[in-house]
Amino acid sequence: MTLLADLSPVRRIREFNLTWSDVGPFLALVALLVIGFAINPEFLSTTNLANVITRSAFTAIIGVGATFVISSGGLDLSVGSMAAFITGVMIMFMNRLAPDLVGWAIPAGMAMAVLVGLFCGLGNGLIVTVGRIEPFIATLGTMGIFRALITYLSDGGSIPIDRSLRDLYRPVYFGTVAGMPIPILISLVVAAAGAFLLYKTKYGRECSAVGANEDVARYSGISVVRTRTVAYVIQGVCVAIAAICYVPRLGAATPTTGLLWELQVITAVVIGGTALRGGKGHIWGTIAGAVILELIANLMVISDLVSEYLVAAVQGTIIIIAMLIQRFSK
Amino acid sequence: MLKRNLFAAIAVGSMLTVGGHAIAADKKVIAVSIPAADHGWTSGVVYHAQAAAKEINAAFPGVEVIVKTSPSAAAQVSALEDLTASRKIDALVILPYSSEELTTPVKTVKESGAFITVVDRGLNDPTIQDLYVAGDNIAVGKTTAKFLVDKLGGKGDLVVLRGIPTVIDDERIKGFQDGIKGSGLKILDIQYAHWNSDEAFKLMQDYLAKYPHIDAVWANDDDMLLGVLEAVKQAKRTDIKFALGGNGMKDIVKKVIDGDKMTPIETPYPPAMIKTAIWMTAAHLIGNAPARGTVKLDAPLITKANANEYYFPNSPF
Repeated sequence: MTLLADLSPVRRIREFNLTWSDVGPFLALVALLVIGFAINPEFLSTTNLANVITRSAFTAIIGVGATFVISSGGLDLSVGSMAAFITGVMIMFMNRLAPDLVGWAIPAGMAMAVLVGLFCGLGNGLIVTVGRIEPFIATLGTMGIFRALITYLSDGGSIPIDRSLRDLYRPVYFGTVAGMPIPILISLVVAAAGAFLLYKTKYGRECSAVGANEDVARYSGISVVRTRTVAYVIQGVCVAIAAICYVPRLGAATPTTGLLWELQVITAVVIGGTALRGGKGHIWGTIAGAVILELIANLMVISDLVSEYLVAAVQGTIIIIAMLIQRFSK
Repeated sequence: MLKRNLFAAIAVGSMLTVGGHAIAADKKVIAVSIPAADHGWTSGVVYHAQAAAKEINAAFPGVEVIVKTSPSAAAQVSALEDLTASRKIDALVILPYSSEELTTPVKTVKESGAFITVVDRGLNDPTIQDLYVAGDNIAVGKTTAKFLVDKLGGKGDLVVLRGIPTVIDDERIKGFQDGIKGSGLKILDIQYAHWNSDEAFKLMQDYLAKYPHIDAVWANDDDMLLGVLEAVKQAKRTDIKFALGGNGMKDIVKKVIDGDKMTPIETPYPPAMIKTAIWMTAAHLIGNAPARGTVKLDAPLITKANANEYYFPNSPF
């Protein structure tokens, strides 16, 4: 306790002393915007930017949870399949309630999604902490389980949302508040909540401490099991929030929903400045990382520079260059 | 101790069921081996295979159709071994996961005397098959292209979304390019969206941002078309006259039936072709109807007039 109390003033001083890993992702973001504008001015049009940032909301929201898991020294490969599974359960639940509750089926479905996400995360957490299984293997296992469950629930086809709910729910992805698309607002709120939890609370400090050095954290009286499990629960809830924003976009869950999202998310977290081996997490960096990934993909289509066959190679190269710049600027 | 007894009970139980099958061995057995449902099209294959099995088993007491799904090429090889190990099968209807890995195992089944029907994806050695049933991917592209050339009066700007780099994708694109050749239709852009609705949604948003004027969109699969339509709806663009897909997904065929303006036609690559294959195999076995040869299903234009023929409301696809 006293140790943690002593740490906080030190941290406060360091906040003014910005490191590369704090500002790096944002500089990269600005650089990308400038390059994009030079290639095709259409890139910076409000519509295009709104589209791209709205799309990045899923990666950003899930990334906030992943920042907790990774900063506490864990990893979660199951987030993509979990998103698909939660989406499926949520739609089925809403469709069942739609005839009786009409519009109220939507908030009920959202509550259900959060509940399912919470339990999925808790499951992952307990397997890793109490079961003492390597996070990579544990979540690779649950990744397969969630993917199989959504395939089973949908008979390999799709689970579409009830027609009566479709138009009511649509604004959650396509609507705006004061000109700002709702998914962007939701990801900002999630990020702000995440930043508060990670930087301003005891739990946040415990999370980084466990990730930085498990043994030292344990000797300081921090419950490693509890801290890590809670990180996975936060991850589960974040996946559920992302699923809530995702459902109105195409209005269906399929076995290919959320495919490879886990890699997108992990990449966003790492581009954002959080080390894969754990330690200090960078919530806002993760958000920047998520936007950067979508911007790169967008730029590939908007520009005519690259053959359609080479798009993935160029994306990979840009990510590696971004990471190298971060590494050597320290 | 208790555990061992339980195992013994299960073992005896499973032997009994195997025995049960053996007693019914005077029936003609048609084994159907298909990929497990992992996306829209394969889920349609599973649905139609099971429907055919149910219908034939009910209609002809002398025939037993067994459907086995496999989640990978390796699993399909094992499934073939399991199907032939415990009994003699009279015919095998197979939609192979991959041509390379399945060729030798199917040859082994053939050597046991079974009639072999291959569906959709050919084997490396075509002499193995007695009957080959497939759709026409080139025609899927060509039919759509002809429709656009006709309706747009021979000129216009198009964007195209293609699937996963495979022979199927290449053939559809080639058919489309051949179809518009010589006309004034121009493909502004063509990119991969991996037969995935979400990727297609993003790609279409990008196309819309990049090109101020687009006359028509072609997504070479209906999963992608769903994403395209959502992006067009969001952008509220009025320049886009047609957004077309391909494959015969029920949601899209329904649009054709309802007379949708933007998607008035569809081109089929029907998963129901597995049903054609199973029925023809049954006809050969019990009806002595000649069935050896190659059946290539056309990809005719589905319009409001004939759409009901391609509409399966209960299928997952």
